Parts: sequence; C-alpha cells; structure tokens
Amino acid sequence: MTGVAILIPIALCLGLLGLGAFFWALRDGQFEDADGAAVRILIDEED
Amino acid sequence: MATQPVFAEAPAPDSIESLFAVPTLHCAGCIAKIENGLSKVPGVEGARVNMTAKRVAIRHDPALSPPELKAAIAAIGFDAEPLADPGVDVAAAENRGLIRALAVAGFAAMNIMLLSVSIWSGADGATRQMFHWLSALIALPTIAYAGQPFFRSAFAALRQGRTNMDVPISIGVLLTTGMSLYETLTGGHHAWFDGAVMLLFFLLAGRCLDSLMRGRARAGVAALLKQTAPGAMVLDAQGASHWVRADALRPGMRMLAAAGERLAADGRVVDGSSGLDIAFLTGESAPVPVGPGDEVQAGALNIDGPIIVAVTAAGADTVIADIARLMEEAAQGKSRYVRIADRAARLYAPCVHLLAALSFAGWMIAGAGMHQALLIAVAVLLITCPCALGLAVPAAQIVACGALMKRGVLVKDGSALERLAEVDEAVFDKTGTLTLGRPTPHGLDRLEAQDKAIVLALARGSRHPLSVALRQAVEAEGVMPAALEDIREQPGEGMSGRFGDEAVSLGRPRSLISLFDLASEYRRGEQATLLRFADAPRPDAVVTLADLNAMGVTTLIASGDRPEALEAISRATGTTAIGHLRPQDKLALIGRLKAAGHRVLMVGDGLNDGPALAAGHASMAPASASDASQLAADAVFLGDRLAPVPMAVRAARRTVRVVKQNFALAIGYNIFAVPLAILGHVTPLVAALAMSSSSLIVVANALRLKGAAR
Repeated sequence: MTGVAILIPIALCLGLLGLGAFFWALRDGQFEDADGAAVRILIDEED
Repeated sequence: MATQPVFAEAPAPDSIESLFAVPTLHCAGCIAKIENGLSKVPGVEGARVNMTAKRVAIRHDPALSPPELKAAIAAIGFDAEPLADPGVDVAAAENRGLIRALAVAGFAAMNIMLLSVSIWSGADGATRQMFHWLSALIALPTIAYAGQPFFRSAFAALRQGRTNMDVPISIGVLLTTGMSLYETLTGGHHAWFDGAVMLLFFLLAGRCLDSLMRGRARAGVAALLKQTAPGAMVLDAQGASHWVRADALRPGMRMLAAAGERLAADGRVVDGSSGLDIAFLTGESAPVPVGPGDEVQAGALNIDGPIIVAVTAAGADTVIADIARLMEEAAQGKSRYVRIADRAARLYAPCVHLLAALSFAGWMIAGAGMHQALLIAVAVLLITCPCALGLAVPAAQIVACGALMKRGVLVKDGSALERLAEVDEAVFDKTGTLTLGRPTPHGLDRLEAQDKAIVLALARGSRHPLSVALRQAVEAEGVMPAALEDIREQPGEGMSGRFGDEAVSLGRPRSLISLFDLASEYRRGEQATLLRFADAPRPDAVVTLADLNAMGVTTLIASGDRPEALEAISRATGTTAIGHLRPQDKLALIGRLKAAGHRVLMVGDGLNDGPALAAGHASMAPASASDASQLAADAVFLGDRLAPVPMAVRAARRTVRVVKQNFALAIGYNIFAVPLAILGHVTPLVAALAMSSSSLIVVANALRLKGAAR
C-alpha cells in the first residue's frame, strides 16, 4: 500500500511533465514550421 | 545552432517587423540564401523564413520601406510580395485549442484507465475507494477543460432552440461524471470517469482531424487585400517623393508607380504611359495600355514604365475592396449549409434523449428505485454516445482528402467534400481555368538554334510577361543562352543587346498587326521576326468537360472576356459560353442557377471570379489562381491539367457513400447494444470495449477510401 502511495504520484508527475513539455512546445512555436525544421538541418553554416 | 540564430539578441527598440510572401521557397538552400542574404542588407536586423507558410518575417529599421525590402529579396533571386497585414489567424488558434484539449484528455484517459484496470481486476475496499478518488481528481479538471468545445457548442445550439451532436455528448458526459462523483462520495462499487474521459478523447480526435483540414479557409478577405500594395511613393508639391502607407492615402494625392509595382489606390493617370496587368479584375492576360486621363484600379500591376496617378479613391472605397465585400456576403450563404453529421444529429439526438428518459421511467415504474434507474439511463446515454458517429465523418473525409492531396487536389474543408458530391452543374471561367492563363509563344520552330539562344539571353533579363513566357518556352527545349553584351531594358520598348557585332533586340512590334493579338518582335541586324503569342487551352479541357457531362454534371463557360475570344473554346468543347461578365454578373448567374434548383460547382481563377467562387455550392481553383480565389475556393488543384476536377467530384461522391455506410454501421451497433443497456446488462468494461471497437470498425471502413482519387 505504501508502495502504491509513492508510485502513483510519481507516475502522475511524470505524465504531467510530458503534458507540460508538449504545451511548452506548442506555445513556443515548435510546430509552426514543420517543413522548414525538416530541411534546416541541411543548411551549411558558413561561419 | 541554426534553428534560432536570428532573434537571439534583443531587437533594437525601434525596429519593426514586416511579412513577405515568397511563393518560390522550396528547399534548405532557399532558406539559407534568404536569411543570410537579408541579414547582410544594411538596416535589416534579421530574417526568419517560415517554409510551411512560404513567408519570411523581416525585422528591420523603420526607415526601410517595403519596396526597398522587396528589391533586396529580388536581388537575392526570389519574387516576393509584401503582406499588408499579418492579421490574426483565427482558425489556427482554434485548432491549437483543440490539440491542447486532446492532449489533456489523452493524458487523463490513460491514467484513469490504468486505475480502472486495477479496479476491474479486483481492487477492493479502501484501495478501490482511493482509486475512485484519484480518478475523480484527474477527471474533474479534465472534463472542465477538455469538454469545453462540446459544452460551448451544445449551449449555443440549445439557446437557439436547436439540437446538435454536442447536446447528447454534453448531457452524457456531465450526467456520467455527476453519477460517478455521487458513487465515489457514497462509497459505491462503480465509477465511470474512465468512460467519460475516453469519450471526450475519441470525440476530440475526430474534431481535431476536422479542424486540421479546415486550415485557413476563413481568412479569404485578409488575403484579398494582399493584391493591393501596402503603400505608395507619394509626390508632394515640391516634387519630392516619400513613402505613404495605403491606409493613409487620400484622394487628391499624386502617387508614383514604378514598373513592376502594384497600385495602392484607385486613381487617374496624370503623367506617363504604360501597360497595366488587370487580370485580377477582368481575367484577361494581355496588359491594358493606359495613358494620361485613364482610370486605373488599386491592385493593378504596372508593367511597362513609371506613371504618376492622382488618387481618386483609397482604402475601403476602391474597386478591390468592393469585390472583397461581395465575396464576404456571398460566403454567408455557404455558411448556412448544414453538414451531414449535423443533419444526422438532428434525428439522432432526440432519439437518444427519448430512449434514456424512457428507460429511466420504465425502471422506475418497474420499481427499481431512483439509484438503479438513473444508472441504467446513464449506461444507455453512454453506449449510444455518438463516438462512432463523431469519427464516422471526419475519418472518411481525412482519408479521402489525403488521397486527393497525393493526386494534386487540396481540399480545404470536410464540408467541401460533401458539397462537391452534390453538384450537378459546373460553371467554368475561361482565362486561366479552361486555358492556361499565360501567353505561350507559337511558331518558335521558325527560329534557328542560334536565334533561340539569343532570344533566351534577351528574354532572361526582363520580367515582362511575354519575356517570361518566351524564356520558359525556349528553356523547355533545352536551349542555353547566348553570350550577349550591352543588354539593356528600355521601358515600353523592350530588351536590346549586341551579339558579336550585330545589334539584336526583342520588343514591341513596329507594325501593329492586330489590336488583340499578343506579339513580340525579334530583330537581328536588319532581319525581323514576329513572335506570336496565344493563351493555350489546358491540354485536357475538352476531355474533362465531356467527362463531367458523362457524370451527369452539365457545363457552362462564363467569362469576363470578349465573346469573340470564347468562340474557339466553346466550339471545341461543345459548351455554351457567356462573355462580358463582370464579377457581379457572375455572382448573379450563380444566383439564377441556384434559384433554378441547381447545385453549382464554380471553377475559376481570377479575382473577378472571387464572389462567384464564394457563392457556388462548391468551388475549385487552379493553383495558378490569385490568392483570394484560392482562399475562396473549396479546393485547389495543381498542375496544367483539368482532370482533377471530375476526379475530385468522383472522390467526393465515394466519400459520401462511405460516410453513409459508417452511419449505418454505427446505428447498427446501437440497435444491438442499446437493448442490452436498457435491460441493465452492460457493465462499464463492456461499454468501454464496445465503444472502442465500434470506433475502430468505422475508421477501418474509412481507410478503404485511400484509393478514392482515381
């Protein structure tokens, strides 16, 4: 029973962390330009 | 890192941001070229390309005017149009809200399901009590947040005395939550938080798919204003020029329009002469010659030389703003269309309410007691909740839209597919729709290979539409440009240069052959060759119209062009053609056809088709169309062929068939499950499993549409 009392809050916190990260990414515009992000990796940096 | 290099340092307090549309963006190289190239321009602090929207946001010194920035982008090698006002993207905000709600519901559904599984597998006593409380703790805020889209829509419908799919959903979710909370408080054996939250999750998934397709369909009018310039160079009394924003232009001002610029206001030419491209208004590709005294419209593209225009009307009084208003009014008719899902809900919702109420009353009369009767009523509501119905329509539509997209047809909206399936009359615009809308040279084979190389070298240097057409045609033959010296562009006259010691030029014909024929003269030394241009019909225009007729869709050609120009295409396709139609005439034509009971598919490209596109029962535009037309249309097709039009209609008809099958499946499932629920045999586990499996069946049926676009 004590195990459950510790594990369930931990599980919920981890889930909330993921949810929070998704919200942050959404607000931060990470999904604004998916096509651009895919090709930007190919740009050679000159400096 | 290359991802956020631009705005990393704090922008200077007085810098402003401008948006430019750059339609030719297509690879990583383009992004690098524009971002690096622009940051080297003095006064520009940084540029950030958005590849998905084909836009570049430039943060710069306010002293830099839009034409200067446009020239800077042109110098890098890209065509750009300033966007007048970034505006707020309402649809995108709505979509983001739905995704947030879906994420919350998904998180909660997973965790509650986990707790429920342990209850089902035998958790008892204090453990079950604690798990119920935990579920309630997760479920209550989730339902309050993720249920909002449904509650809001249901409330709006009820307030107008109507009912839609969201009413039984809201009642079901709220009642289930209330009952579960009561069970939890009184230490009962069952709670259905899992069912309520999972229901929300499934339905939100359907809603998200739906709104993904809707995209930017609503922003039509904002895009229309893109056609006008964001401002103009205005001459003051001393003859000095300065930049004035479009909304600050007043009648009586004198504005200077250089070649290649769009006019920012309606007016009258006071000095200079030029050719204006007013294809957005008339649909004709040939530039119209204007001189002092002629009236010109905002949005017209000045092609040949600089002109000075006295402003007569600006802002909301311009012709283009009038068209915007017409479009807005016409689109209101379309928004009254009732979608299949809502039509089904009108029948379905009252049935569900009645069934739940009856089973409650029945069990009460049978002496089951308040508590048990309410539990059974909730089970009926839960099991009939239109989970499968909510997915039936969007799942079929998104699969069909995906299939069509692969074949080059972009459908904006699920309801567009439904409307497209119902059309029985197709009205086509001519220029740009049945024809390619761009002049194509013919008789090029009379030129020697060397002459072609010279023509290419000359045409390359100019942005006149005929030069562009020549360049494309000659390049398509694989010709390499010749090495010329002294290449110069004389506004209104054409290009000239020197090949070895021969003078060569490409320009306006010296002898005017015919008033309407487009032609360009190529001169080499003493010898002159006339190159004629014509607007070629799309390669499969005739076949396509015949195909539509065979599908039971009658066709009609409606154009703003001269009737003589329509004769050839009308005879070739065997279709009646009506000419000389202004935008409001086209709108009236659609109105007459509608009044006669037809459901009209409008296919057009020009801004002059905009109101008709918005008014048609369904509408399609080629990708070469003006932005406003693309936004007003329900679907946009890519490429030079017209075949996507009948293909889209056929795919839409198949989609509606599958949607109806899905309804039948969902209703069949209900006929089977509801009696069990009424008799009180449905446990929460069974309800959850039945709900998921019926959703899966519906989605699997929708997947059959993958090959719908053929």
